[in-house]
Amino acid sequence: MKIVVCLKRVPDVAEAEVKVKEDGSGIIEDRLTFDINEPDSYALEESLLIKERVGGEVVLLSLGDEKVEEALRMGLAKGADDAVRISDPGFTTLDGLATGFVLARAVEKVGYDLILTGCMATDLGQAVVGPVIARVLNIPYASLVTEIKLEDGKATVTRELEGGLLEMNQVKLPALFTIQTGINEPRYASMLGIKRASKREIKVFNKEDLGISDLKVESEILRFFIPPVTKHAEIIKGPPDEIATRLAQIIKEKGVL
Amino acid sequence: MRVGVLVEHRQANVRDITFELLTKARELGDTIAIILSQKGEDLAQKLKGFVSQVVTVDDDRFTNFNPEYYRIGLKSLVETEKLDLILLGQTAFGVDLAPALAQDLKVPIATDCIEVKIEGDRLITTRNIYGGKINCDIAIKRTPAVLTLRPATFQPQRTELPLEIKKTESSLREEIDYRRFLEFVEAKVGEVDITKSDVIVAVGRGIREEKNLPMIQELADALGGVVACTRPIVDSGWLPKDRQVGSSGKTVKPKLYLAIGVSGAFQHTMGMRGSGTIIAVNKDPEAPIFNEADYGIVDDLFKVVPILKEKIKELRA
Repeated sequence: MKIVVCLKRVPDVAEAEVKVKEDGSGIIEDRLTFDINEPDSYALEESLLIKERVGGEVVLLSLGDEKVEEALRMGLAKGADDAVRISDPGFTTLDGLATGFVLARAVEKVGYDLILTGCMATDLGQAVVGPVIARVLNIPYASLVTEIKLEDGKATVTRELEGGLLEMNQVKLPALFTIQTGINEPRYASMLGIKRASKREIKVFNKEDLGISDLKVESEILRFFIPPVTKHAEIIKGPPDEIATRLAQIIKEKGVL
Repeated sequence: MRVGVLVEHRQANVRDITFELLTKARELGDTIAIILSQKGEDLAQKLKGFVSQVVTVDDDRFTNFNPEYYRIGLKSLVETEKLDLILLGQTAFGVDLAPALAQDLKVPIATDCIEVKIEGDRLITTRNIYGGKINCDIAIKRTPAVLTLRPATFQPQRTELPLEIKKTESSLREEIDYRRFLEFVEAKVGEVDITKSDVIVAVGRGIREEKNLPMIQELADALGGVVACTRPIVDSGWLPKDRQVGSSGKTVKPKLYLAIGVSGAFQHTMGMRGSGTIIAVNKDPEAPIFNEADYGIVDDLFKVVPILKEKIKELRA
């Protein structure tokens, strides 16, 4: 089974302060650390688990400049067989649809039986690219997948709906699944794996390689800004001991003790 | 502007997002509710006061959601109803359908919008990104376009409207066998029902390691409450799924909600907004959780939590 996994390199913002550039053209990335988009790392793990069960190979794709090679190498270190970076001066300001189109062309070029992506990227959170790749390739797909069971040419997948409800679907292969976090437990790369991956050459596909001539981008980010504050907590300041005393009082006043 | 709203239904119920979509759609233009279902008439009656024009397409294959059938159904309606905008929710249903629909129609898309405005011949949508910490404005350059709106963001408003239902023939032809809906599976019932507790101490990524969880449990015990959590804690396998608060977990409304090391991503806050008093402890002063909380502590949770536990114990003694 040939499994293609699409990875995105994103800043880790969960625990970080995020600031916007003065001209509103983006966020200030200087002090942020970058990693594989979290849902994508679950997709990567799922591909490795499937490969271990049924055999085959895992090929990684990532769109971006040289910096994304770090994410691709991490995937190789964990056990992926090959990695391709997709890069072109014409690919720098793509929207979700255009990104999906470009990735679909790359997937087609490397060949596939199964395509896995994260269910969304934690930076822009569009959740657009996966299903678009599937539609460009004209193959079935399912999103928000929390379990995949493969059996002769088809997959029974579990989709996560709202409020803990799940939905079972049957999908014929080749197919694309967008993976929800928590589906598995992503492994750590071994030191040996990291060492080996650091020496690997990473192929680059550009516009010509993918046979893309014109690419329409019909949505454009105008500006980034800090969300206006509608309501804000009363901030309790002071040394931890004073804070705790004040908090305990508030809790007592609310009558829940 | 003709705005089509795809009515989201599940197990014969119209889902809340539909009323939010219809309310926003009425602000944007001439609104048409689209019901693809087994029997649209019953669902249509539930939309009274939110929309006047309803188009129903009855077909057994629309009973349960399958984006392959829904796309075919919607595509033909976009043409016959001359829709300029197609609105869906950024829900498990919308996420599965909207991007593929936009790709099939070859039209632009913006997802998870928290605001939509028409400015001249452009659509401007606002999106909330980077875990809720940043917003961005997006310009959509042409219509028709597909938009998905963030759930629990637009307040549904009912008004006096006559209900006019138009029945349309199904455009589905052959059976689709490459994706089939099989069944729903209900969430497992756990040992603790967090929705029943008056006090919830919720923990997020800020806890860093599983070995720090007992500290949170001890605080919850001192308060006579239960421990709940955000998605990453469940994903890491540190707490069971039935402790998760948020869109894919539980919706809770305790008297007191203490959010410890929770940044406040939208997926979490929509499950706890209705709580009585919300207190948040987070070291990032810009964490969106402080926009939901009544009281905030910008400090290291590892310093604050142990002392708070002692103070609570003293008060209870």
